[in-house]
Amino acid sequence: MSNIKKAFEKGKAFIPFITCGDPDLETTKACVLAMVQNGADLIELGIPFSDPTAEGPVIQAANERALQGGVTTSKIFEFVKDLRKTTDIPMVFMTYANVVFSYGAEKFIKQCMETGIDGIILPDLPFEEKEEFLPVCHKYGVDLISFIAPTSKDRIKMIASEAEGFLYIVSSLGVTGTRSEITTDIESIVKAVRESTDIPCAIGFGISTPEQAKKMAGFSDGAIVGSAIIKLINEGKEDAAARVGEYVCRMKEAIGD
Amino acid sequence: MSDKKGRFGIHGGQYIPETLMNAVIELEEAYNRFKDDPDFIKELSDLFNDYAGRPSRLYFAERMTQDLGGAKIYLKREDLNHTGAHKINNVLGQALLAKKMGKRRLIAETGAGQHGVATATAAALMGLECVVFMGEEDTKRQALNVYRMRLLGAEVIPVTSGTGTLKDAVSEAMREWTRRIEDTHYCLGSVMGPHPFPTIVRDFQAVISKEIKSQILEKEGKLPDAVIACVGGGSNAIGSFYNFIEDKSVRLIGCEAAGRGVDTLETAATIATGREGIFHGMKSYFCQDEFGQIAPVYSISAGLDYPGIGPEHAYLHDTGRAEYVPVTDEEAVEAFEYLAKTEGIIPAIESAHAVAYATKIAPDMDKDRIIVITLSGRGDKDCAAIARYRGEENIYE
Repeated sequence: MSNIKKAFEKGKAFIPFITCGDPDLETTKACVLAMVQNGADLIELGIPFSDPTAEGPVIQAANERALQGGVTTSKIFEFVKDLRKTTDIPMVFMTYANVVFSYGAEKFIKQCMETGIDGIILPDLPFEEKEEFLPVCHKYGVDLISFIAPTSKDRIKMIASEAEGFLYIVSSLGVTGTRSEITTDIESIVKAVRESTDIPCAIGFGISTPEQAKKMAGFSDGAIVGSAIIKLINEGKEDAAARVGEYVCRMKEAIGD
Repeated sequence: MSDKKGRFGIHGGQYIPETLMNAVIELEEAYNRFKDDPDFIKELSDLFNDYAGRPSRLYFAERMTQDLGGAKIYLKREDLNHTGAHKINNVLGQALLAKKMGKRRLIAETGAGQHGVATATAAALMGLECVVFMGEEDTKRQALNVYRMRLLGAEVIPVTSGTGTLKDAVSEAMREWTRRIEDTHYCLGSVMGPHPFPTIVRDFQAVISKEIKSQILEKEGKLPDAVIACVGGGSNAIGSFYNFIEDKSVRLIGCEAAGRGVDTLETAATIATGREGIFHGMKSYFCQDEFGQIAPVYSISAGLDYPGIGPEHAYLHDTGRAEYVPVTDEEAVEAFEYLAKTEGIIPAIESAHAVAYATKIAPDMDKDRIIVITLSGRGDKDCAAIARYRGEENIYE
């Protein structure tokens, strides 16, 4: 039984994303702990990639800052090991296929299991290519999270019926980043998903305000927020954790209403 | 060759966001429907011949042959195509396909600007909207091509992310495609990216080797001993190789951009310095660090300045069917000047990489041997940059 399930047991889940090492791992640690204290249910830890093709400008810049700061996959595993001493919150990695492939799938996924990473999210690994890592994920009990996009249509059943952990529902076309309005008919996508699986669905891409989070979580089991948090951290690392904590608290309250 | 869908040995695949999956599936279905359709073939063949000026000439470079004193050198003149490069072959095919699919808008990445110009040209011809992504660095290196694209009615968007070169232009075009799929076709410029692009682009470029084969048989009565082409993503090279793959006596040689040398960090020679990875939708060889971060590659040639290579080339390398060799900036510039002075032909700096390698091996080959060099493009666009490389002021811009 995956630890990820726990994140959805106490009602709607709030899932914040953070890029590890932006601008340094100390700040990341302080922010993650602030997220935990303020009611986050699952943490998405980004391992930076040089060319993140699914990201908008905000997370692209965070990736660049983190890599310039010298963070590496090895350092991030050390960081997670350290973080696990203080929290047992469900955590997943979000990165790109080459980061896992280059480290060695076996070594990467084994270390996920050993350090306490419950799942991995790879936006450039669609259903057709999941065999690249799935057998190793199963071997070590790490969930490989699948995406459903507004364009998935007839693919929803195929993806949902084999999904594990939770399903990441992409709210809109395009890349990550805050949007003033989300116009996709999410309700009918979630409805189609529910016909094939009972694993939780969380919605991400474009969510930044408590109102949006409440609306999206209303359609599903949770809301994922990335760019809005990265912006808060980038305002200055000194009191980044305080700003992130306060924000997570507001968002969690909104979706729990 | 592909035992699994879209694979060349272990290379290839479809490593792209879920948002794009139905788009590439739709493209594959459309391509399979039209590629053997007699009307589509006729229409494309008319465009190739009447609009692009095909077949391109196979020219015997007599002075170069005499000067090098070895193998006979033939030049496949893709530089004489409309828009000045081989890129038009692929673009006419994809634009026609896009139009049949009901798309109204083309987006493209470009490095040197040749693919961008070709896409803008096809879009103008077929009444499609066109947006081209070009690294900011490249818009400076290739300012003339930026103007040509705008003149042809395309919007050119300078890309500032990452290193501001070809790889970033590809990333940005992919991002744009996820934003707007319904009416937009991504006209990818090389034999790279997710399946079915490497196959589609190869098929449209294969006209190069088809023509070389019949032209050389007519002129010499036998096959060439070597076919040499430059390789970035590798579209002119795969086009030049494809119809010779089964002819084992023909050496297939791809020339990679070594930049300042394969032992420096300023190189773009993927086979020489890269390793297996997953990027831009495909599994292939990439220049990258130990943690899989894609390397900021360098070459004097904007068109070869890419950290990866198409998956079919990766496979031809694995099986040993084709050879891939590095050629430095300096060697390419010397070949650029050499061909201008010897044959009165100014090649694209990309193509000059292939010319450079031919000048190395031709003298050691017997006089009855034949080398075909694909001149993938013309060099007018490069004159200012080469003058600058030689220390002349920017008087030509």
